[in-house]
Amino acid sequence: MRLTQGQFSFLPDLTEEQIKKQVQYALDHGWPISIEYTDDPHPRNSYWEMHGLPMFDVKDAVAIVGDIMKAIEAHPNSYVKVNAYDARLGRQTTAMSFIVGRPANEAGFRLDRTEWSDRQIKYGIHSYATEEPVGERYKK
Amino acid sequence: MTTDATTNGKKNNRLAAGVTPYAEMGYWQPDYEPKDTDILCAFRITPQPGVDSVEAAAAVAGESSTATWTVVWTDRLSAYEHYQARAYRVEPVAGNPEQYIAYIAYDIDLFEEGSIANLTSSIIGNVFGFKALKALRLEDMRIPVAYVKTFQGPPHGIVMEREYLNKFGRPILGATVKPKLGLSAKNYGRVVYEALRGGLDFTKDDENINSQPFMRWRDRFLFCMEAVSRAEASSGEIKGHYMNVTAADMESMYERADFAKQIGSSIIMMDLTVGFTAMQSMSKWARKNGVILHLHRAGHGTYTRQKTHGVSFRVLAKWCRLLGVDHIHAGTVVGKLEGDPNTTKGFYDILREDFIPANPAHGVYFDQNWASMAAVMPVASGGIHAGQMHQLLDLLGEDVVLQFGGGTIGHPDGIAQGAEANRIALEVMVQARNEGRDFVNEGPQILEDAAKHSKALANALGIWKDITFDYASTDSPDVVATPSY
Repeated sequence: MRLTQGQFSFLPDLTEEQIKKQVQYALDHGWPISIEYTDDPHPRNSYWEMHGLPMFDVKDAVAIVGDIMKAIEAHPNSYVKVNAYDARLGRQTTAMSFIVGRPANEAGFRLDRTEWSDRQIKYGIHSYATEEPVGERYKK
Repeated sequence: MTTDATTNGKKNNRLAAGVTPYAEMGYWQPDYEPKDTDILCAFRITPQPGVDSVEAAAAVAGESSTATWTVVWTDRLSAYEHYQARAYRVEPVAGNPEQYIAYIAYDIDLFEEGSIANLTSSIIGNVFGFKALKALRLEDMRIPVAYVKTFQGPPHGIVMEREYLNKFGRPILGATVKPKLGLSAKNYGRVVYEALRGGLDFTKDDENINSQPFMRWRDRFLFCMEAVSRAEASSGEIKGHYMNVTAADMESMYERADFAKQIGSSIIMMDLTVGFTAMQSMSKWARKNGVILHLHRAGHGTYTRQKTHGVSFRVLAKWCRLLGVDHIHAGTVVGKLEGDPNTTKGFYDILREDFIPANPAHGVYFDQNWASMAAVMPVASGGIHAGQMHQLLDLLGEDVVLQFGGGTIGHPDGIAQGAEANRIALEVMVQARNEGRDFVNEGPQILEDAAKHSKALANALGIWKDITFDYASTDSPDVVATPSY
């Protein structure tokens, strides 16, 4: 399967040059970039691991893309995403978020069903990857 | 200022028995300086032949506040001057000698705190049938911060919804299930599943899908949750289906909403036809239960569309932000339903921004300060398709739900392919915009290039790219050139 979280998951994987243009768009708006990664891509996992702090003071797209590439290299068996943050009053939330790195084999999810009363079903989404302990996921 | 004012201020004995012109009873005060806490209204008035425009404006002020047709002695038991609405300005409409814009100020004490039902009963309660006017339209309303703060507002708002859905930096994609009527619950859920697994974020019940003999609400909700959950598992994304809880009475609406929540739906919807009080009750329910609340503006066109009579949608949008919805249909510009581009821009600003300056070119008559009240996500729905993506992104921006019903389900290769075409078109257009390309002019080429890698998009463009709905708007601003005030 292909995890389709993020802004550009229906497009071919972004090239380094394409990532740089998106980073530049964020910088032009005054949005600092941050990098996050995870081996638990459940749609409700709000807290991916932070690859360092948000780069509040870095204004150079080339330097930022360098960091992004290093993060992808450092986490080959994880998903890696790039976020841009809008701290303006009234927003104070993420402005952009797109995946730049993926494990070679995306294990995907199983839908678990628990039959309840009156034809109701309780659903749970189970990530196959998390059957392995942390550090062992997405290695196959 | 007024061009034909013959009366100015009060007569000597305002309280003498008999029939006195409204303008002479204090409802016309051209020297009045509105207070920061006043509710201000701009009415488009078309007086009957022979009726003076100032007297007509004063009559609207009177009949929408304290007055009746004759003097009553019981006025003397109250501080009546405090409660009288005041017409303070009457302007002729350029190019339309029959019409005037009347500005009226209402003291905040005229209205119950946090009640759209009360606000509307006063301001549009009686006056629209007033015989001395041929027609009357409420064009805009300035809600003072003091009154804004008596309302809950949207249960979640745009920021919270995005954080909850984990979707940032692009419009949200949706589709309304078609055909609107007649599908069984299981077939209906099939449409939901295919559209969501194909790439949409949301699907939606239509306004008239409630609980009919061909499909009862509970059956629909159960099959739709199966569809939503399956699509979440296949994509790893959060998905939703707006479960329409519109019903004949509040007890039934709560029952349906509670059930939707219980089976795990992230969003419900209701129709404007349920009325202001029912909507406000559902808003409180949605805040309490953490369920996103979508509003379909069913029926609004009966009173918002004609420029001479009724209530502008920009006013209805303000009422709905106050009473509190997370989504509201607000026009597409390019689709099949009414929507002048400048007027629609005004609607979107009112729903999304925190401070909206008066802008005659957008039909916005007053500054509006929402004082940090959460924003409403506008929904564009009705006759839009992937081939218009560059125009939609340009005209409507990023905080919007783009709903392609026919434009998803009508895809020749299937519903999932229709959804995929829309999602690819959207993502490639956002990418192009962010890269600094002239995406509005290059839009068709950007789509054609993306279609080389997607048969779904190529086939969508093949059947729809030349479909447009190009008719003159009935509701456009008086001012289209550079505003002069």
